[in-house]
Amino acid sequence: MAKELWEGNAAIAEAAVRAGVEAFFGYPITPQTEILEHLSHRLPELGRVFLQAESEVASINMVYGAACAGARVMTSSSSPGISLMQEGFSYIACSEVPAVIINVMRGGPGLGNVAPSQGDYFQAVKMAGHGDFHPIVLAPGNIQEAIDLTVLAFDLADKYRTIAMVLADGSLGQMMEPAEMPPMRPVRKPEERPAWALTGAKGRKPNIITSLYLVEEELEKVNLRLQAKLREIAANEVRWKEYSTEDAELLIVAFGTVGRVCQTVVREAREKGLKAGLLRPITVWPFPSARIAELARQVRGILVVEMNAGQMVEDVRLAVEGRCPVRFYGRMGGIIPLPDEILPKLEELHQETR
Amino acid sequence: MDTILEVPPDMELVYAYPESLTPKVTHYCPGCTHGVIHRLIAEVIDELGVRERTIGVAPVGCAVLAYEYFNMDFCEAAHGRAPAMATGIKRVSPDKVVFTYQGDGDLAAIGTSEIIHTANRGELITTIFVNNAIYGMTGGQMAPTTLPGQVTTSSPRGRDVETAGWPMKMAELIGMLPGAAYVTRQSVLDVPSIRRTRKAIKLAFQVQLAGLGFSMVEIISTCNTNWGLSPLDALEWAKQNMVPYYPLGDTKVADSVRALMER
Ligand SMILES: Cc1ncc(C[n+]2csc(CCOP(=O)(O)OP(=O)(O)O)c2C)c(N)n1
Repeated sequence: MAKELWEGNAAIAEAAVRAGVEAFFGYPITPQTEILEHLSHRLPELGRVFLQAESEVASINMVYGAACAGARVMTSSSSPGISLMQEGFSYIACSEVPAVIINVMRGGPGLGNVAPSQGDYFQAVKMAGHGDFHPIVLAPGNIQEAIDLTVLAFDLADKYRTIAMVLADGSLGQMMEPAEMPPMRPVRKPEERPAWALTGAKGRKPNIITSLYLVEEELEKVNLRLQAKLREIAANEVRWKEYSTEDAELLIVAFGTVGRVCQTVVREAREKGLKAGLLRPITVWPFPSARIAELARQVRGILVVEMNAGQMVEDVRLAVEGRCPVRFYGRMGGIIPLPDEILPKLEELHQETR
Repeated sequence: MDTILEVPPDMELVYAYPESLTPKVTHYCPGCTHGVIHRLIAEVIDELGVRERTIGVAPVGCAVLAYEYFNMDFCEAAHGRAPAMATGIKRVSPDKVVFTYQGDGDLAAIGTSEIIHTANRGELITTIFVNNAIYGMTGGQMAPTTLPGQVTTSSPRGRDVETAGWPMKMAELIGMLPGAAYVTRQSVLDVPSIRRTRKAIKLAFQVQLAGLGFSMVEIISTCNTNWGLSPLDALEWAKQNMVPYYPLGDTKVADSVRALMER
């Protein structure tokens, strides 16, 4: 298929259609509403389910229900709406049913604004809901990646029976660029639904899906199983991209939109004679800790750049374990840091570590 | 319970354990009416022959473990969200029979939004709403359905409607919505009312099977433990106090449902 000009939100929505999503439940919120709008015509015309729910609370519980029934299902929202869904995420994680969540972050806290932000990194990767769990969190840096990672999210959610979240920011949702859609996959037929799903206890024992385990030892067992699954995901699914790291002496770590900005920073730094490189995490949970630890032995220092007050930098520091200095630069309020402001920070790090 | 006795050739089987119930002993308090209501639902599902394509949604509340007692596919929703979860199930599995089983805290407080919008969309699900005028599971706090003056652990001087508002009449509220095809309030306080409730539950499921819209049976029930009464006194208390405030009978019978009843 050839490249076409796609807006980020519409691209994510269409990618979900191509990936075989059977149902969407959601509630409008800027800067991701175009996902809902795109699906409001695409899904019905394909005979699939689209429902605009009364709230994000209802949306996520509709997703939970459809997932229990064994359907490929998704929702999408932005920061305040994601906060409302967190109880549901926790139930879904404990029940081990697959669900895809598109999270197009906006400026916060509170109602904040509708400008791009990465202020919900902690929420997504550390504390997506109460209890011990992590969703798989995929962070695209451009529209092609947003498409590919949306498709991947469905496959990973199914494979591990867990939540897979695409963590984008408002600028990715709103901008346009050429990208290629994957071919249309056939939708899973009702009779192909997984054996654990609620499909009616015909000729078999009832299937029960719950997140309630009143006996402590039983709940601990469930937790141990969830933790084993998370370790398996961490072992198999870490993804990242590197730019000019082979001979790098200074490393930038940045994800999503600002990760893309930092590609420019690396190029400009190299023009100035600084041996800079970039590592852009694609999965922010699981985090590419091992590779960052390895690079921490090679480089003199690391600069983490984010569109928040410094969240992912904590994971970088945990990975680096003091092997080299880790500095941070970030903007908040929906501001994307530009190369002009990031480059001087890299030069400072260069001076500090030479 | 697993053994089904052979029926002698000169006898007729008139009463049996419903296939739609598991043989487990429930955790409900002695005297609680949840068991009666479970049985009525199970009998109806058996009678309609839909057990193998029914999916139940349990609430958060005393009936949180309902899936242990119903012999069919089941899931357990977050507090108040059973109608949303049921919506998700039904939309992707329109050939299934889907019902929620909810208490008054679940349906009329934390889940008010979900039940109203589910009913208003005319979701093809059935809701069994057990109104016992109290939060049973958490130990007897005031519910949205607690009567004026009723003493609970969180309304120690009795519900003061000036500060706590009035008990919610959900059957009336839901009955108003165009998407609701059949809404009724019944009770399980004596044998005749139990019989009427069984009929209502059957009709509610038939409305779903016929695709006529949302159906709900509110059931005036008791919580003798948290009311601090004996099981018998609790039944009497409900008759004397709840039924006058919550009148029994249908609050919505759509024309399509009337036609179904006449058939
Ligand atoms: C989000 C959330 N809030 C509160 C609770 C605690 N809680 C559990 S059961 C319950 C009350 C249920 O009362 P009701 O729906 O009337 O059912 P009953 O127990 O009387 O059958 C509450 C408040 C919870 N589990 N989840």
